[in-house]
Amino acid sequence: MSSNKYFKHEGPWSDANDPLMCSDTGDWRSKRPVVDKDTCIFCGFCAIYCPIQVMEMVENSHFSPDLDFCKGCGICAKECPTKAISMKPEGDFKK
Amino acid sequence: MNTKAKDRSQIKVITGNAAAAIAAKLARPDVVAAYPITPQTEIIEQISKFHANGEMDCELITVEGENSAMNAVMAASLAGGRVFTATSSWGLVFMYDAVLATAGARAPVVMVNVNRETPGIIAVSSGQQDMISTRDAGWIFLIAEDCQEVLDLVLQAYRLAEDYDIQVPVMVHYDGFYLSYLSEGVDVPFQEDVDKFLSVLNEQPERTKLTPGSKLGCGSHGILDGYLELRYKHVSAMERSKAKFKQIDNEFQEIFGRSYGGLIEEYRMDDADVVLVGSGSMCGTIKTVIDKKREAGIKVGLLKMRMYRPFPSEAMVKALKGKKAIGVVDRSLCFGFKGGPIYTELKAFETQLDGSKIISFIDGIANTDITIANVETMIDTTCDLAAGKDVREVTWVSYPEAQEPDSKKPDSEKRGGL
Repeated sequence: MSSNKYFKHEGPWSDANDPLMCSDTGDWRSKRPVVDKDTCIFCGFCAIYCPIQVMEMVENSHFSPDLDFCKGCGICAKECPTKAISMKPEGDFKK
Repeated sequence: MNTKAKDRSQIKVITGNAAAAIAAKLARPDVVAAYPITPQTEIIEQISKFHANGEMDCELITVEGENSAMNAVMAASLAGGRVFTATSSWGLVFMYDAVLATAGARAPVVMVNVNRETPGIIAVSSGQQDMISTRDAGWIFLIAEDCQEVLDLVLQAYRLAEDYDIQVPVMVHYDGFYLSYLSEGVDVPFQEDVDKFLSVLNEQPERTKLTPGSKLGCGSHGILDGYLELRYKHVSAMERSKAKFKQIDNEFQEIFGRSYGGLIEEYRMDDADVVLVGSGSMCGTIKTVIDKKREAGIKVGLLKMRMYRPFPSEAMVKALKGKKAIGVVDRSLCFGFKGGPIYTELKAFETQLDGSKIISFIDGIANTDITIANVETMIDTTCDLAAGKDVREVTWVSYPEAQEPDSKKPDSEKRGGL
């Protein structure tokens, strides 16, 4: 019989808390959206256009991406009417 | 097939499609979702009728296409239901991604596939090419020879698919246009006998299912080791299904009085020197020709494959070991290989056969009848091989153009054919 190291069941069943349930899609991002709080007018266009819904509201003042899942596609930056979002190379943030 | 006298029976003259529909009804599925396609349509017509008449207490989803059909039954199966669907050829191809997902989710779906030539060349005709196109999808494949076996195999398929130790979807195949529309006497089991046969499943631990309010979900990502773990579990379950299917066949005989021998059926194999390996409806013709050849003193037998996935290699090697020559009859093609699919797979076990020689016959493609004369040709050729004569590795029995050796052609027409 095979082991049940990752899955307790025969098939790909898992608890919603289990990390296997989802991939950290942010892993393969090459550019990161950076939001300028002062320019952001809190219109929510970035959140509407984001294909994987990672833009979160912060303090009812601006939006900010969840970097665990943001793939860095840049659609938010393209759609932002005030150009408050800029795409910065991921290398700039790594030490 | 071995039959022993039963205290009661009800013989009905029905088509293979009707046999499949009646078997589905007897299995009491919770959800049926299907889309009609030639030559499977009659199954859905019959089930719709049963449902309309109140004879079948199931949810009948008349979907807009096969892809939805498979997704619907997969979801219903994961929710713990017993499900049924049926398709053929283009329909099977249209649901291909869902066929793979169903196997990956280990949803114990039972599907009937009425064999028909697959897309590539438009053909409304029989052939096992659709079966081959989903060969590596991770389903268990069973093949029926006649209308009775269609009914029996569908019932056995539920026992196999839903078994707690297996949990792999099962596809029951039979030849379209031959068995689908052929009317034969079929012993239709009584409902209480079928309930008894399937009740074993109720005594097993309950399989994992989707439950409202529970956080448990199916369809998780399996990454790296997790993926390997799931695949290894799946492959192991396929291996276990061989012994399980044999056991189910025995239990089937105890209740219904019919046994087919499990994974393979051996016909006059005991003292045979020469053996044909076949599957599906062609086996009836082959058995008839074997009886005739036996009268003429030729020791020939038939190995009928009832299970194609997992490949019953152990049972086949045991049955074929030491035979002088084996001719494998394929009703499908293996593009890029010279011989048919079953031939190429059996060939992998050639070294275990104690010197048996194997050749391939391609016949029955797109409704070219596998006639008595064709089977005689196959047996004669295999006998020639046994006698040490030089015979072609692959013979397209109904296409003599393929058999003309290059040596007889002028240089300009030499193509390096089979």
